[in-house]
Amino acid sequence: MTLQRIGVVGAGNIGTGVVTDVLLHGMSAVVVDVSRDHLERAQAAVLDNIRCAPLFSKALPRITRESAAERMLLTTDLRQLAECDFVVENVTEDWKIKKDLYERLDALVPAGVRFGVNTSCISITQIASVTKRPGEVIGVHFMNPVHLMPTVEVIRAFHTSDETVQALQTLLGALQKEAIVVEDLPGFVSNRISHLFMNEAAFVLQDRVASADKIDLIFKKCFGHRMGPLETADLIGLDTVMRSLDVLYESFRDSKYRCCPLLRTLVHAGHLGRKTGKGFHVYRDA
Amino acid sequence: MKLEDPDPSPEKQAIRRFILSSVALAKLDDDANLFEAGIANSLFAVQLLSFVEKTFSIEVGMDDLDIENFKSVNATAAFVQRRNGGGIV
Repeated sequence: MTLQRIGVVGAGNIGTGVVTDVLLHGMSAVVVDVSRDHLERAQAAVLDNIRCAPLFSKALPRITRESAAERMLLTTDLRQLAECDFVVENVTEDWKIKKDLYERLDALVPAGVRFGVNTSCISITQIASVTKRPGEVIGVHFMNPVHLMPTVEVIRAFHTSDETVQALQTLLGALQKEAIVVEDLPGFVSNRISHLFMNEAAFVLQDRVASADKIDLIFKKCFGHRMGPLETADLIGLDTVMRSLDVLYESFRDSKYRCCPLLRTLVHAGHLGRKTGKGFHVYRDA
Repeated sequence: MKLEDPDPSPEKQAIRRFILSSVALAKLDDDANLFEAGIANSLFAVQLLSFVEKTFSIEVGMDDLDIENFKSVNATAAFVQRRNGGGIV
């Protein structure tokens, strides 16, 4: 199987990273988002990522921004995905948005084109259920920054075919990434566990057991983690973390996933983490 | 621990000021590896390249994009010196 033209729907942080990786590895990308503004911001971010990639990894191919720009089609029209070999979707973590999108994708994109669902917590089987091709839908949970992270959590949904798993592994192989394949329940492995860490860290801060700095230092200096749970939440975006916790809570109806009130308050106050300059920590470079 | 060069060149002072203003740090070892320490993310890298190009009138080409040229305050100052002998525009 040859994968040359990859559709990327949703050009936010992760989507931009997927486009960067696809272009760096010689494929072309059809990038779909809801407005020209979103697409232009994404294009600028992709070209910056491509320029700076050699500073972060000697293993990544070196390409010019011009070469990357030539292989990137920016559009608000989902029909442009019809000629793609594989589609990776990265829209907002919201079931209503995903449901509407997959119904439209299923109608517009020919059968045989497989969908990789990039979601933090929503069940891949639930998403596949709104399409007529559940065997061709698979979860692909890229880590951030996508082009620098060598491993991807892949989620086999209830109906995902072996051929679809193989197609995604071919794509990830072309991106020089390793796949770890797991089964489908909300949150999968990574986020079902990591969000408990982040949420409980927020409770520890709320209960004044320690400052945000100290909580993160415990994880970095005692556990050897590269980042603490509150820094990680700030990087992901507190709104995204809150939505994921809500999905986990609704999915399992287990109180251990109830979102910490302090986390929810910060979201309502507009302190969403790195992207707004303030979350659990303050960032001067935002 | 070695910290700041007590008699830095104007280029090094400008680079140090820029980096400290960009990251949440009060002090920075001039040899500290910004990438290994996790100080530099991709947004910071873009800002650093843009700062070097604008401040010192240097065009950073593809062959210059080596971590060795930008990994620390000292490495960045040395790169600027090699490229144009210094001089803040």
